[in-house]
Amino acid sequence: MPRSKRGIPEINAGSMADIAFLLLIFFLVTTTMDVDSGISTKLPPFDPEKLENPPPIKQKNIFTVLVNSNDDLLVEDNEMRLGNLREAAKKFLDNNGDGSCNHCQGESSPLSSDNPGKAIISLQNDRGTSYNTYISVQNELVAAYNDLRDELANRKYGKLFKDCSEEEQKFLQDAYPQKISEAEPLNLGG
Amino acid sequence: MSKFKKKTGGGTPAISTASLPDIVFMLLFFFMVTTVMREVTLLVDNTKPKATEIKKLERKSLVSYIYVGKPKDKYVPQIGAEPRIQLNDAFARLSDIGQYVITEREAINEAERPLLTVSIKGDKKIKMGLVSDIKLELRKAEALKINYSTLKGEVED
Repeated sequence: MPRSKRGIPEINAGSMADIAFLLLIFFLVTTTMDVDSGISTKLPPFDPEKLENPPPIKQKNIFTVLVNSNDDLLVEDNEMRLGNLREAAKKFLDNNGDGSCNHCQGESSPLSSDNPGKAIISLQNDRGTSYNTYISVQNELVAAYNDLRDELANRKYGKLFKDCSEEEQKFLQDAYPQKISEAEPLNLGG
Repeated sequence: MSKFKKKTGGGTPAISTASLPDIVFMLLFFFMVTTVMREVTLLVDNTKPKATEIKKLERKSLVSYIYVGKPKDKYVPQIGAEPRIQLNDAFARLSDIGQYVITEREAINEAERPLLTVSIKGDKKIKMGLVSDIKLELRKAEALKINYSTLKGEVED
């Protein structure tokens, strides 16, 4: 059988690069590379009956943030710029009014929150508030919690929150539980 | 005859291109792995706001998207310039959100259903009224885990 002895002729692989380039360019064009990330929150369950009797909360444990339709901030009845919101929120959360919080470094003012477990940030916006401002405000409030957790992690473990073990992170989260409550939006206009 | 005869002519020797396909394939595989095909065509403007305290969304299969924004210019003559909601590939009404969440929830397996996250991809120019309405619809549909999609960056005052 003379034919089988010749073997398979070699295929010219010179155009392989061209084919690969073609595919490469296709994937380069279609790729989007956008990583989905954002601010995560949890909504309260929808339960109309529960709304009738909200549990009593002391006024001093509530940190009210109002945003009107001009994107102005009213924090605890005072006007405030967005840049100062984080510090104000941190001061409120870390206040430790009743002295029950061992890790807090606040000034224990009797007019501000009892302890981080009781402190609630109440955020209310107008229907005309821009989404950008709302996200910025949310971001600053979440940042306040993250800053406090980071500071505590630094004092206690000597590292940042994100470098802590799962157990340590759990402890830090319980030390400063994130409590941001959102009220139904107003419709004040203006 | 000197031992070190100058090589004359010949020019630069040709570089072997035999490994070129390998390099290209390497790049190709990289892009094939990292690529995420856009599942929907955007019908609305979508410039995300910026934030710093962001969390990455893991498990893409458990995430559903709601796009909100002003319709793109070519749709304005038909449906106007007011911000609209986009679910999948079509404009939707607020009342469609409940059904959308149910459909999305049914698409994932039963054990993981509570982990369903709704990502709100809102344009930064929209107003909170619409977002609040969406949030109310999501609460009614019991989709309580939400994520406001943002870009990483310092917030603008």
